Amino acid sequence: MQANQHSTQQVQKLAIIGAGTMGTGIAIVAARGGCKTFIFDHRAGLAERAIDQAKIFLDRSVNKGKMTVHERDEIIDRMQAVDQLDQLADVDLVIEAVFESLQVKHEVFQALNQVCKPSCLFASNTSTISITEIAGGSGRDDRFIGLHFCLPAQLMKLVEVSRGLNTSDECFERAWAFCEHVGQRPVHTQDTPGFVLNYFLIPFNNDAIRLVEQGVASPADIDVAIKAALGYAMGPFELLDLVGMDTQLLLCEAMHGLTHENRAACPPLVKRMIAAGRLGKKTGIGFHRYSDQKIFGA
Amino acid sequence: MTIIQAGQSRSFSEDALEALAAVKSDPSMLVFLGAQAGASYQQWMQAESSQHRDLTLILIELDLECLGQYTGESQGLEGSKVLGFARYLIGQKPTALVELVRQPGSCEQAIAKARNCFETLGLKLAICADRPGRIVDRLIRPYLNAALRRLDEGLASAKDLDATLRMGLGYPHGPIALLDQMGLADHAKRSSYLAQALGDVDFIPARRAQVALEREKQSDGSRTQS
Repeated sequence: MQANQHSTQQVQKLAIIGAGTMGTGIAIVAARGGCKTFIFDHRAGLAERAIDQAKIFLDRSVNKGKMTVHERDEIIDRMQAVDQLDQLADVDLVIEAVFESLQVKHEVFQALNQVCKPSCLFASNTSTISITEIAGGSGRDDRFIGLHFCLPAQLMKLVEVSRGLNTSDECFERAWAFCEHVGQRPVHTQDTPGFVLNYFLIPFNNDAIRLVEQGVASPADIDVAIKAALGYAMGPFELLDLVGMDTQLLLCEAMHGLTHENRAACPPLVKRMIAAGRLGKKTGIGFHRYSDQKIFGA
Repeated sequence: MTIIQAGQSRSFSEDALEALAAVKSDPSMLVFLGAQAGASYQQWMQAESSQHRDLTLILIELDLECLGQYTGESQGLEGSKVLGFARYLIGQKPTALVELVRQPGSCEQAIAKARNCFETLGLKLAICADRPGRIVDRLIRPYLNAALRRLDEGLASAKDLDATLRMGLGYPHGPIALLDQMGLADHAKRSSYLAQALGDVDFIPARRAQVALEREKQSDGSRTQS
């Protein structure tokens, strides 16, 4: 009886922790899917900025005729910035999208475990760290799941759903149902480094950076080559600029630390670009230059 | 433009060759096409080297080899109006990409002329240094080998691997479907060449590709015997 109650309990209110590029995208997905969506970021003003960026993104959808002004306003009304974790006591699901540090994630979930109701599920959007390891420090490892959205989350349908060793069936089913409810396409992946997507993507992007380091070709030429030969929507450097060099460094460190595979090791150029403030689209310059910092698709 | 054909071109079909010849009536361009394009250029240089100075662009079609094999190299200063190029193929199907191979001292006017020529044909041009695998093969061969290894290790089914990369990254096809189009045995040959040229273990063909290559050899052997 208990299991059935859990598996059918619809997620209606959720919280996004971390209002960066990923957090903002996931918030748009959740609010668009009908969920009351709270956004928390310990950095002042970022949660509010995420809602501003969502408005810009949704305005474009309105301009393209994909939604009405009324629908846009309803979605925005479902988004709410909060500045205290105890405002999240009644949410059904928390999705963490803070940067890739096991220690930081443990601190976030330990704090959340003190305030969220017992039936609330915890999810991490980590792309490299073991779900079982994050769950182990959360205080509720049976109600913990990996929900890895893809960048840009507001446009990409895929969610990699990974269970930790102690994740309950009920938790998995509710998380899966949530993904489908908000219009995403969940796929079940193993709790292994990088799951499927980043296991392939991080080394591929590093290989591209090494071609630049070795003087084989420019970022622009590599982007042209990959798009023209393989039909990819974005070249590796366009994608890296969207991800951000700071995030790429963290992804590499997490993945290489687990796999020790050479291709996962961070190329030195990434660290030099971070030192030079060339983080990607968010700073206006990465491998390419940008005239605006709107989120992708806006 | 003069075209000297030495074997079948990997880059252009007969129809496309006519378009290539028609697109420029520039007599200062010379193009060597076909599997023996580089050797043909070397023979031409020995016999007709006096004509070399009247030309502004010489293009040599490449397969996996480096341009320097035909032009020679000199302490990192090599380069002239002779450029290499290769159309990228998925299996036997040509894509829109032409990789244009330059050397450190390549003539910028020759590069600009080559760009104009290929772009007039509706092709996309990416300029790269004269290195094994150029751009696309350098990036996708390790990726495809990793996908085959992970398939063997049971990370996910072939269908789920492809679906995840298609939906997650917007790729038109996942790695296993791409290998189907390219041919596993052909992937093994090209990746093996690059493993030797680059000395990089990530290019060593994955088990499934090696199996496909061995089966192709067995099949070729059977046909020869019969």
